[in-house]
Amino acid sequence: MDLGTIIWNTIALFLTLCIFSFLYKDNPFYKFAEHLVVGVSAGYFAIILYFNGFIPKVWIPVARKGEWWYLLPAILGVMTWTRFSKKWSWISRFAIAFYMGIAVGVALPLEMQQRVVKQLHASMLPVHFMDIQGFWNLLIILGVLCGLVYFFFSVEHKGVVGGAARLGIWILMIGFGAGFGLTVMGRISLLADRIQFMREWYLMVTQALWGA
Amino acid sequence: MDFYDRLMNLDRRWVYLVVGIAVIIPVLNPFRVPVFVTQEVRSIYDFVESLESGDIMFLAIDYDPQAMAEVHPMAGAIMRQCFAKDVKLIISALSQNGPGMAEQLISEVAREFGKKSGIDYCYLGYKPYFGLVILAMGQNFRIPFPEDYYGVPLDSLPMMRDVRNYDDVKGVIDISSGNITDAWIIYGNGRYDVKLAIGVTGVMTANYYPYLASGQIFGLMGGLKGASEYEALSKQGDRAIKMMSIQTTAHIVIVLFIVAGNIGYFMSRKKNKK
Repeated sequence: MDLGTIIWNTIALFLTLCIFSFLYKDNPFYKFAEHLVVGVSAGYFAIILYFNGFIPKVWIPVARKGEWWYLLPAILGVMTWTRFSKKWSWISRFAIAFYMGIAVGVALPLEMQQRVVKQLHASMLPVHFMDIQGFWNLLIILGVLCGLVYFFFSVEHKGVVGGAARLGIWILMIGFGAGFGLTVMGRISLLADRIQFMREWYLMVTQALWGA
Repeated sequence: MDFYDRLMNLDRRWVYLVVGIAVIIPVLNPFRVPVFVTQEVRSIYDFVESLESGDIMFLAIDYDPQAMAEVHPMAGAIMRQCFAKDVKLIISALSQNGPGMAEQLISEVAREFGKKSGIDYCYLGYKPYFGLVILAMGQNFRIPFPEDYYGVPLDSLPMMRDVRNYDDVKGVIDISSGNITDAWIIYGNGRYDVKLAIGVTGVMTANYYPYLASGQIFGLMGGLKGASEYEALSKQGDRAIKMMSIQTTAHIVIVLFIVAGNIGYFMSRKKNKK
């Protein structure tokens, strides 16, 4: 194991401990690590964007190939920066309107198709009692209908509607519970990875120092 | 203040301390927990297994380093499984802080299997605005990526000569930690009918099950558990499997805290009623 790897891993370990120190209370070590990660991420992103956006999409076409029309979207991009000026911020609206127009035009039909139509289609299931699948289908249909009834506020939630809405909130709660459980799993995974990293650091350092 | 009141007002730092101790125990005394494979993970494994030598698959590595713990083992295992079967890979990294991390993984796995860039895999790298990039790749990979990550024109890469768009790949597996997955479902699957499977972080998992039920995706790996299942199936790597023991002990402790918290709540409510 070379010295560089040990030094970098030791810095990583120090930063991990700085972040963990927040669990006790806010402190300068945590603040240092937090600001460092924000700064490094922003700097890295800026450079990545420069080399993957500006250079191939503006500089090379315009300066090397003479394709001047690439300047038009670049000018639109520059126009968005006028938002920082109270006097000139109105100019940015042209660029934003252009971007919004394209984004909505591209996204709307596909969003409707993928998020609404196909999901509705998947909810139209045959209900039967020949096997367990029929029961699951019934459960899905009930879940969708009761969930929708809960968000239907034009009729007072009492009687049959109230019962359906109550079942709807139960189903929503089960969904939130599943989401929360998975979130806990995700957060513990991050902790597990850091603990594993610390163990690997310890093994690396002891091997480097004592060859054990 | 009696025991139940104290339980309700327990300083959160005690919880952190106990969880901390619980996760250190499996590190000091490593043990393995059994991994049960779910159908949604098996579908992805079966799909990769069904590919033949020379087939091309698209692997989208769409996460930043902060999600490595959960999804990096998925990407590694799939890449290793593909290279072991001589399946060629086209790889993109559409999350802004991910391209360097993805390149590190690709180089490491390619070195393990003696695979060469341009012949066995093509790493496209990063381009901003993932939705538009996914749409453009449906016409031709060369529109957003005239060159690969290393600056080599795509036309000069042997494996890319006859490859134009998604029609020339067997399927897409998107490993992601953000809304790039939505873009793959909406633009990739919706616009180009791409055969799509996803691997996502635990936080995201519940949101994508409806897409699995509707058949818009054919497989789903959720968080570290999904990664461990894939490692167990493919027998490529064991990082996620090792971490499942830590995960298990931490979950047991959290469940005990939830139970204790609820007992405290109901007992103090009962006392207040009296």
